[in-house]
Amino acid sequence: MKVAIVKYNAGNIYSVVHALRRLGVEPLLTDDPAELLSADKVLFPGQGEASQAMGYLRAHGLDQVIRSLKQPVLGICIGQQLLCRHSEEGNTDCLSIFPVDVRRFQPMRHEQKVPHMGWNGLELEISCDGAGQGLFQGLHNGDYVYFVHSYYVPVCEFTTAVTDYILPFSAALHKDNFYTTQFHPEKSGSVGEQILRNFLTLEQ
Amino acid sequence: MLAKRIIPCLDVKDGQTVKGTNFVNLRHAGDPVELGRAYSEQGADELVFLDITASHEGRKTFTDMVSRVAATVNIPFTVGGGIGELRDVDRLLNAGADKVSINSAALRRPELIDEITRHFGSQVCVVAIDAKMGYAANEADVAQWICYLNGGRIPTDRSLFDWAHEAQERGAGEILFTSMNHDGVKNGFANDALRRLSDTLSIPVIASGGAGSREHFRDTFLQGHSDAALAASVFHFGEIKIPELKKYLQAEGITVRI
Repeated sequence: MKVAIVKYNAGNIYSVVHALRRLGVEPLLTDDPAELLSADKVLFPGQGEASQAMGYLRAHGLDQVIRSLKQPVLGICIGQQLLCRHSEEGNTDCLSIFPVDVRRFQPMRHEQKVPHMGWNGLELEISCDGAGQGLFQGLHNGDYVYFVHSYYVPVCEFTTAVTDYILPFSAALHKDNFYTTQFHPEKSGSVGEQILRNFLTLEQ
Repeated sequence: MLAKRIIPCLDVKDGQTVKGTNFVNLRHAGDPVELGRAYSEQGADELVFLDITASHEGRKTFTDMVSRVAATVNIPFTVGGGIGELRDVDRLLNAGADKVSINSAALRRPELIDEITRHFGSQVCVVAIDAKMGYAANEADVAQWICYLNGGRIPTDRSLFDWAHEAQERGAGEILFTSMNHDGVKNGFANDALRRLSDTLSIPVIASGGAGSREHFRDTFLQGHSDAALAASVFHFGEIKIPELKKYLQAEGITVRI
């Protein structure tokens, strides 16, 4: 199985490489369109700033490549946000796979610190279309995963898991072959490993 | 609910953990990578590795260790000790660390915080502060929390609260506050100071120094309003086991990841 990771100007991509290696998969880190298009699975991870990331993707033609992918794609953290329509971060037009807009957390009480950083629980929306079951097979409501982010995707028709911080937001999305998580499965202990394993075994 | 975090801290010298450990079932208790993995499997929420090596060769060994931790451990980890410039941060993040902890270098040159957060984002920048309740040279009549340099050896004229707020303004992602009065005493964390920090800062505060019992962890979360609690010897010597600690905290009404 050929597993590719989109190489671009975002940080923290090597943690995903390590996490996949721990599962026995040697991923290809690449910005070559042909390699990405021919992979069995594509991961689109990273931490970073939305406008700079989108600028880089456009300058390298990767925006078109990502939009045209037909195999299972997993967007992680900024990857989830970039697959949405627009982000408040840098007032950025994004890839529009998910027709929803990314917003910045507005704390309402002092203890609601931004960024949302640390371990928080998942409420799995397994009823939406059954698709969440694929990525979240073997997980339980309330399982903890690791988040670091200041912007969020509101709960919408594509939401497959909800986390509550300041307000309920989309911890995960799914539409067609595109799966995303706002949290970092590569840093989320055994729960995160299960999610990555589930992604690797998704059918084409 | 965002969980309160439990963070074991490992001191590393020449690639080996320094403080002794009596971990059972570990063949190489001195190997920080193996120890880190054991803590992760027990339910630690994050790990901190502090390089206490002085030599250039030691730095290289530490960086190699960071790479091995990144390849092995599936939870976030912070590295610190001897970080003086942006180049050090770049090297350690490239080796796979999720965050770096800076201390004396930031007190000497606060712009380092701006540089790190501008290049890598706030979330990677933990500002560690060693402070002691005492008398500043210029204000000898009022006891206050004074920041110290070089592992607590050199006093400064900076107050804990002023410095923590400046660090936040410059972009720090978290404050790791070690009370030198409480460190090693095992009589509880500096909860009054921690509460003042946590209630006035808008970034998370990690409590350090003073853990001796599970009640101390409860108290720093409930009374100190700490977001996370760090400890070393109580974990290394098995006096407190993380699974039992978390069960206790949960029973006390504190949100923890179990």
